[in-house]
Amino acid sequence: MTLTNEPVEGEVYTVTSDATGQEWEIVVGLEVHCELATATKLFCGCPNQFGHEPNVNVCPVCLGLPGSLPVLNEQVVELAMRLGRALHCTVEPSVFARKNYFYPDMPKDYQVSQYDQPINVDGWLDLPDGTRVGIERAHIEEDTGKNTHAGGSGRIHGADYSLVDYNRAGVPLVEIVGRPHVRHPEQAKTYVDELRAILLATGASDAKMEEGSLRVDANVSVRRVGDDALGTRCEIKNLNSLRSLGRAIEYEARRQVDLLESGDRVHQETRHWDESAGRTRPGRSKEEADDYRYFQEPDLVPLAPGDDWIAAVDAALPVLPAARRDRLAGAAGVEATATAVVVAVQRDLDELALAAIEAGADGPRVLTHVEHNLAVEGAADLDPVAFARLVRMEVDGQLTATQAKTVLGEVLATGGDPEAVAAEKGFEAMDTSELEGVVEEVIAANPSEWDDFRQGDDKRRGKLQGFFVGKVMKATRGQADGKAVTALLEARRTGG
Amino acid sequence: MAELPRTAVAIAAAVRSGEVSAAEVLEAHLAEVDRREDEVHAFNLVTADAARAAAAAVDRRVAAGEDPGPLAGVPLALKDNLCTRGVPTSCSSRILETWCPPYDATVVERVAAAGAVPLGKTNLDEFAMGSSTENSAFGPTRNPRDTGRVPGGSSGGSAAAVAAGFAPVSLGSDTGGSIRQPAALCGVVGAKPTYGLVSRYGLVAFASSLDQIGPFAATVADAALLLEVIAGHDPMDSTSIDVPPPALGAGLDGGVAGLRVGLVSELTGEGIAPDVAARVRQAADALAAAGAEVGEVSVPATAHGLSAYYLIAPAEASSNLARYDGVRYGLRVDGATTAEMNTATRTAGFGAEVKRRIMLGTYALSAGYYDAYYGKALKVRTLVVRDFEAAYERFDLLLAPTSPTTAFRFGDKTDDPLAMYLNDVCTIPSNLAGHPAVSVPFGAGADGLPVGVQLLAPALGEATMFRAAAALEAAAPPLEEAYA
Repeated sequence: MTLTNEPVEGEVYTVTSDATGQEWEIVVGLEVHCELATATKLFCGCPNQFGHEPNVNVCPVCLGLPGSLPVLNEQVVELAMRLGRALHCTVEPSVFARKNYFYPDMPKDYQVSQYDQPINVDGWLDLPDGTRVGIERAHIEEDTGKNTHAGGSGRIHGADYSLVDYNRAGVPLVEIVGRPHVRHPEQAKTYVDELRAILLATGASDAKMEEGSLRVDANVSVRRVGDDALGTRCEIKNLNSLRSLGRAIEYEARRQVDLLESGDRVHQETRHWDESAGRTRPGRSKEEADDYRYFQEPDLVPLAPGDDWIAAVDAALPVLPAARRDRLAGAAGVEATATAVVVAVQRDLDELALAAIEAGADGPRVLTHVEHNLAVEGAADLDPVAFARLVRMEVDGQLTATQAKTVLGEVLATGGDPEAVAAEKGFEAMDTSELEGVVEEVIAANPSEWDDFRQGDDKRRGKLQGFFVGKVMKATRGQADGKAVTALLEARRTGG
Repeated sequence: MAELPRTAVAIAAAVRSGEVSAAEVLEAHLAEVDRREDEVHAFNLVTADAARAAAAAVDRRVAAGEDPGPLAGVPLALKDNLCTRGVPTSCSSRILETWCPPYDATVVERVAAAGAVPLGKTNLDEFAMGSSTENSAFGPTRNPRDTGRVPGGSSGGSAAAVAAGFAPVSLGSDTGGSIRQPAALCGVVGAKPTYGLVSRYGLVAFASSLDQIGPFAATVADAALLLEVIAGHDPMDSTSIDVPPPALGAGLDGGVAGLRVGLVSELTGEGIAPDVAARVRQAADALAAAGAEVGEVSVPATAHGLSAYYLIAPAEASSNLARYDGVRYGLRVDGATTAEMNTATRTAGFGAEVKRRIMLGTYALSAGYYDAYYGKALKVRTLVVRDFEAAYERFDLLLAPTSPTTAFRFGDKTDDPLAMYLNDVCTIPSNLAGHPAVSVPFGAGADGLPVGVQLLAPALGEATMFRAAAALEAAAPPLEEAYA
């Protein structure tokens, strides 16, 4: 079975069956649970904090003690709406429901969630590759506690006993249900990355997958290329990292293709990703199909944020990653999907780049530095005007690319002026006649390579061009401008 | 208690003025408890020591010239489904037999802050599910008027405590009539306030959308006083109404002149014992004699209220009672797996009626049955509200029996759940609508046992309702006067 490597815009990413050569398309819908970064829990005043001793952040309400009642935390609504609006959702009047099932980590043996009337509906998220993924809903619900199985095998079956920590019980979650618009394992990872950037930008969540404050389930199905109907899906749980997410989707797609190609069918079920074995395994048997007996939570009143509140949320929204990419791409005169643009926004260096461009620096050149030379702490603190001057020196030929990189590093470290740093390093622009002399010397010293360069095919010439540029660089201790050397070599070759 | 004041209003006034001490009042009531509690079994737990400490604290405040509050020194009994910090709150269930809440219910805080002296926790049908207190895991309460009869339920213990003179006032909870029906059967006043007027925080839930805490008292004025103390917004209960608490006591003697009172025709005919129906008509006449305009009114949806209630209440109960799983508190019966432990615990911990309602409710909410049962019941509930609204366009208050019969004998209805459920037919509509209603004693039935008549009001109509209740109380024939 072969897998094409990169999703290419406009092309269908496929899995090809070894047995038949049939091509299959992967369809992924992602459900992301994220803990909201509130001071207190969803329905009580207990701290919403990770990493404390077990069962210290608890009270009668989040322990579900008899007689206790929930009171909705206003900050939860605020953050949920902020996220919803950032995902272009409509904020609707919503109600809470009870999802009834027995589980020891759930104090009330029901989970309060939003069921048929969620707060945020029908939005979208634009990926850096230009794909628009629909958002069906983003609703509020409460988190459960955490079970630890102890003794015996340590697994749920065969443990001697279980311990429950209710610190997490009642922590506010938003579940973001994406439409099945994702087509590639890498794209799924990009989706989560982009969502995480939005969660961070809006302050809705700290979105830490490793601490469980962001959890991803993937609904995976496959269909023959050209089919419109969706295949039967499996929900993959226990995805603790982006790496797991990508691997699990790829494994699951192959598993389903194998099943279908051998005439079998896919059974809709929940499967768990086993990272060490690198495979998904079936979860609970569907013979015990859950009937959650949803009904409206009578202890809470319907939630209907007014237009004023929604407008205030909109007004306070930060510029979101997609808009930041558009803004930077526009200023730099490149495509918003360009890697350097995506990277600049990811690293929060777009403001710096914009300011440098504003100060007169060449856009693409700025982006090249941001992408390759500014992946360091403190880069955002770089003085954009100094940065712009440096880029201008480079574009004007006063500095080579290599020198510019060196100067940039020094400016970042010491905060010095680029001009002063360049002078101190002895980086001076060579004038053209001086450079011509060096080029002539190098040609004279390597006559057979020069003949090859002049007469060889394109491939050979390409190689030798590098050879000559290298020699010139060495001779000038890197002070020569590579572009200028190339131009001189080319003029010499065609001119005789 | 010959020289001591008997009503809450009189006790509070006397204690505040220093005429009598809270300690004296308490000891007199504890003596009554000693004398008759073995026979009546109103209490699951009498907290005499804590009561003495509370009474002493009130007396100290009086001595220090402070105001101990509107219920100063008033002994009070609490239904055992109201959470009391450090005091067992069992709901008359094996599953919570030893459970001590770490917090007080809002109403418990409020009565304590008002200077009341809690005497203990009263018996109830397990988790407030029943109409006779026979479903208590700890044995039934007996009706103080005739110990061969049930006190009604589910707040049978709180009703009996007042009827026996153990306390002038008590608190109960009313989900489908659980205050009003036992009040009627024991010959005391019992009121269910507007849904949301009294905080439910700390009331162990039976059916959250119907449950409401309310007062029992020997007199209308005492019931009004206690309701004033417990009513009012509570930020801990999202369904609590944010309105100023009603002033009830001041307007009690305002009379009923010009008040339009409608006799509910659906609740005065078939299924209502003739002696009860006759007392209700006599009450209507009394109101008319006092100047009210009395007419008949049809509230058609009340006929379906019982069916809707017995789907909605069990559905909510099935969810509310899921937490009693042996994991965190209360009874635990071990099993090989968590699921087996859950099952063993619930099998041993819940009585038959609780299990019956959990099963009914689970079924009503199940996929494939929801629309036919729970969904339909919600529609009926809407109709009940609409029919009441129509009736209240023409009338200020409605009049009906509280219970179809007077107190029945132990075991009379325990084998027939449906017959037991029919006890609630007159009281359920108010819970479905979220409206207030009060049961006022109005003479005796053919068997010489108390009859209660019920006044119903629209939401937040407590002031008018209590004013009419006071008029009925004034016109009521004495219990000793035989039914003719």
